[in-house]
Amino acid sequence: MTAPGSTLLEVEELTVRFPTADGVVQAVTNVSFSLRRGETLGIVGESGSGKSVTNLAIIGLLNRKRAEITGKVVFEGTDLLALKPDELSAVRGRDIAMIFQDPFASLHPMYRVGDQIAEAVLAHEKTSKGKAQQRAVELLGRVGIPNAAQRAKDYPHQFSGGMRQRAMIAMALVHNPDVLIADEPTTALDVTVQAQILELIQTVKAEFDIGVILVTHDLGVVEETADSVMVMYAGSVMEYGSAAEVFGLPQHPYSWGLLDSMPSIDRRLETLMPIEGSPPSLISPPPGCPFHPRCRYRFEPCSSVRPPLEAPPGGHLDACHLPSERKQALGRSRSVEHFGARA
Amino acid sequence: MALYIARRLIWTLVVVLAVLGLTFVVFYLLPAGDPALRFAGRSPTPETLAEIRHRLGLDHPWWYQFGRYSWHFFAGDQYGWPGLGYSYSGGFSVMSQITTRAPRTLFLIMGAAIIWLTLGVTIGVISAVKRRSWIDRAAMGFALFGLSAPVFWLGLMALFIFWRELGLPFDTGYEPLSAGVWNWSRHLILPWCVLALLYAGIYARVTRNSLLETLGEDYIRTARAKGLSERSVILKHGLRASLTPIVTMFGLDIALLVGGAVITESVFNLQGLGWLAIDSALGQDLPVVLGVTMLTAVAVAVMNLIVDIAYAFLDPRVRTQ
Repeated sequence: MTAPGSTLLEVEELTVRFPTADGVVQAVTNVSFSLRRGETLGIVGESGSGKSVTNLAIIGLLNRKRAEITGKVVFEGTDLLALKPDELSAVRGRDIAMIFQDPFASLHPMYRVGDQIAEAVLAHEKTSKGKAQQRAVELLGRVGIPNAAQRAKDYPHQFSGGMRQRAMIAMALVHNPDVLIADEPTTALDVTVQAQILELIQTVKAEFDIGVILVTHDLGVVEETADSVMVMYAGSVMEYGSAAEVFGLPQHPYSWGLLDSMPSIDRRLETLMPIEGSPPSLISPPPGCPFHPRCRYRFEPCSSVRPPLEAPPGGHLDACHLPSERKQALGRSRSVEHFGARA
Repeated sequence: MALYIARRLIWTLVVVLAVLGLTFVVFYLLPAGDPALRFAGRSPTPETLAEIRHRLGLDHPWWYQFGRYSWHFFAGDQYGWPGLGYSYSGGFSVMSQITTRAPRTLFLIMGAAIIWLTLGVTIGVISAVKRRSWIDRAAMGFALFGLSAPVFWLGLMALFIFWRELGLPFDTGYEPLSAGVWNWSRHLILPWCVLALLYAGIYARVTRNSLLETLGEDYIRTARAKGLSERSVILKHGLRASLTPIVTMFGLDIALLVGGAVITESVFNLQGLGWLAIDSALGQDLPVVLGVTMLTAVAVAVMNLIVDIAYAFLDPRVRTQ
């Protein structure tokens, strides 16, 4: 058992490439981060920024025949990437669990919800079917399904979207995992339900004492729930630090772009500023900084030299060539504009 | 659920009625020549013809004949239920002829179906799991062969190789089950295999495609994320959801073979229902043709009903609609 607050998961230089007929897709490049017990790490970025692929690689759900994965994913001293498929499936669902974006498609339409959760119990535990069912009902109750014993006998189509996501969370919790990966868990849900699910994730994080990786493209979600934030673009980390640091003083122009394009209650809609252009092709990414074709602050070295992920003095990690005084000045104004003056 | 079945049942009845009307019109209103001539011997007198027409009921208007036929069909006639009338030429009731022929065809279909389901689904699953490997290519090659080899050629080749060259006791013709299981099955084994080969090819391809599609679904990813074994992911989660198109196809294939296994029946001289239909059609024995057609139609309708009910068992979403 790991002590509270200790490191659970250490990802080092994770790189994922998919060779295709059109060329090699460089989905994830040199991603490193760590996750502590009780921490929520928010991974933010546009569609196609490599957020999901990073997590699928961690939990071993990428087809190794089609994806070239290098780097290390160290969990409790073992490199998960070096495990054989059956060793990995012993970890999956027991120590590291995952919930997905679309709860409508993530449950098997032909099996009862309770049975599907009981199946997760039986996958890692030799116990009777009745006991597994009991555990399923108990967990459904804990994630807030009313009348759980009755509802466990329902099929997924009899559940609402929010209830299905609750059921997915219950399924993820059956073995008291250490790490919960939530891949855009609220994207497919109604706004009112989104908040409930996020709250539930925060509750179970505390109750079960786990580390959560929360993937999202919604900065608001991250701001509310995350302890640390990693901003990804075109498969690379642009900025990485604690939530207080990243939102208190965002250092990367891409993070500024994300903030400017986010609506907030006290800003008029006309002042929303989208990031011009679209994410680059991952088959032939631009030379230098991957963000430079869309960056308003680009200058000489950006198109030729790739900025390293470094922390300026007194700051947190970012990958940008701008001088640190400039970054801090521009970042501070963004932070004040979006979140008001923080302590 | 009961309402669902009741509704489907009523539909089945409507379909059978419609087919009855349509086939009757086609066969009776567009006859090729006067059926009475066939009974009358050489150079018949107008009186004999009139008498035969009276005996066959052909002297009534068509709507009266149709009404009587429908009545007999649903209520039975002196030859039993369902009443299908009397053959024009053979000197037997249509019902008696069908009851002799039906077991041959049904045994043929059942045996072949067991073989092609097992073979086709197994090959399909292996192909899907080992996609793009040499196993997949070999299996799909086999499927293509099964699909494209004509049954009459395949049947004759099988007879040539196994019966003639190798001298195995796989004879043509038919022996009833009462003549012993071995006698019965040795006459059926080649037709079973030949008929099954064609369908195994189709089923392997459908299973492969259906399973590949299912394996791309999100809930398969969930199953893997739970840490289930690959075997359980594919068989319990994947195959379960891929069954629907296979069940649909299976129901219809079985039904259509009731009157449609003619070539296999002919090559192996089984003289089943398909053979009976062709033989009577060539001899313009309309009541027999009509009888076999109705039997096939009822088989299709009933199999559709069974498929619909099977859906409800397979897919809970259908049940609660």
